[in-house]
Amino acid sequence: MSEGRIRKLFTGDAQADRVVPPSGFTAQLTLFVSGAMAFLTVFALALSLASGRLADRWASELARAATLRISAPADQRAAQTEAALTILNQTPGVASARALSVEEQAALLSPWFGTDAGLEALPVPQLIEVQADSTGYDARGLQLRLTAEVPGAVLDDHARWREPLVEAAQSLRLLGIVSILLIGGATAAMITLAANAALAANRQVIEVLRLVGALDSYIAHAFVRRFTLRALTGAASGVALGMIGVWLMPAASDEGGFLTGLGFQSWRWLLPLAIPLLAALVAFIATTRAARKRLEELS
Amino acid sequence: MIELDNVSYSYGGGELLSNVQMQLEPGSFHFLTGPSGAGKTTLLKLCYGALHSTSGRVRVFNMDVKGLDRDQTANLRRRVGVVHQDCRFLDHLPVIENIALPLTVSGRDTTGEDDNLRELLNWVGLAERADALPPELSGGERQRAALARSVILSPEVIIADEPTGNVDWEMSQRLLQLLVELNRMGKTVLIATHDLSLIRAAKNHVQARVLRISNRAVQLAGASL
Repeated sequence: MSEGRIRKLFTGDAQADRVVPPSGFTAQLTLFVSGAMAFLTVFALALSLASGRLADRWASELARAATLRISAPADQRAAQTEAALTILNQTPGVASARALSVEEQAALLSPWFGTDAGLEALPVPQLIEVQADSTGYDARGLQLRLTAEVPGAVLDDHARWREPLVEAAQSLRLLGIVSILLIGGATAAMITLAANAALAANRQVIEVLRLVGALDSYIAHAFVRRFTLRALTGAASGVALGMIGVWLMPAASDEGGFLTGLGFQSWRWLLPLAIPLLAALVAFIATTRAARKRLEELS
Repeated sequence: MIELDNVSYSYGGGELLSNVQMQLEPGSFHFLTGPSGAGKTTLLKLCYGALHSTSGRVRVFNMDVKGLDRDQTANLRRRVGVVHQDCRFLDHLPVIENIALPLTVSGRDTTGEDDNLRELLNWVGLAERADALPPELSGGERQRAALARSVILSPEVIIADEPTGNVDWEMSQRLLQLLVELNRMGKTVLIATHDLSLIRAAKNHVQARVLRISNRAVQLAGASL
């Protein structure tokens, strides 16, 4: 499509627009449908972006952290902890290793046991927090070495937690993308139906135009322009409302867990702005195809 | 101008026209007559490309009508003014815009054409009805509006299908007068009618030839009318 044609699509030809009678109610329906679809697209987009972000964050944060658990008789615990820390500090790829203090361990357990449970009385294993640097360490080698030298040590690299979480977040993202595609397809289908209805209702108008020598492109343009502009304006208002909705959602917080932080971040706020243009493109293609098919049925 | 060479046309089973030979010279005035259902409208439609012959060749302005694509057919219709039997308009636009419709759809700027348009409306006697909507027009007014619309692009040929079909005698004389004037301006005119008195009336004003469809063929009628 040439630049001139695109310009003509938007500036329009007042006379050409008048040859097709105004359609009132069906016009409102097209506006409503494209608005509603755009609104839904904003949320699907926010969902897939947020779950993508979540998947990345979980993957990287959990991958970099590991926990070493030392379950040893009380008299050996301090020695084994010391030995484990020595090994960890010697392991390439480990940025830091730190034994959690008694208070920290108590804080971790407080949701289950309360604050005054007297953890000293319980055989709670000692936890060591391991942070990998960007290169990472050889988890399997470390595990083998620890088994040999610190019999009570168990390395937990969170893989067991990480994989299902990351998988869940990734399928959520996929779901979001599939939803966007389905919404796009449904918009195309509905605009095709609306365009077909308009073309059928205006059959006589089209016949008269053909009889007085109008080219197919002229007739099609009158319809295509209308539906494209309706989809564009409908989708623009839908996107505006959707973006306000996303903006009003609570920001990411630890308390809210993964249910918060569903909004857009930084430049990604610009992404929904592409939705009206895509809706207009979908309407343009759908109406052009419908009009061409209808016109070929006439002499 | 328009040549039919051995043209046949059949609807489904039966043949409506067979081996039609016909030639319209530039500036000529022809009537096409014959009983109802003889194929007058079909023959006219073959002439402006709304129908394609089953066999034989139709040439308009030296172009084979069958070989034209949709855009070329549309362009052909701008060069042939047609007054249809059931003159159809865009009912949501006033008469003046309907008459200017061929100009509008051919992408011409109509803003400079106001004077011509007014003159044309005066010529067909519809100046006072310019802003009326087509459904508000009488039968005669519709026919005259259709005639005005068919000549707005100054076509070389004017084809009219029963232009006096549903108007009174006085009005049919007026329409005939308009068509005769167009012929004097050098336009080729072809009128389908079953109204023999109209043909007789025309013969006083113009040298008209009469083609008659009978037995699926077109013959030149003698002076017997």
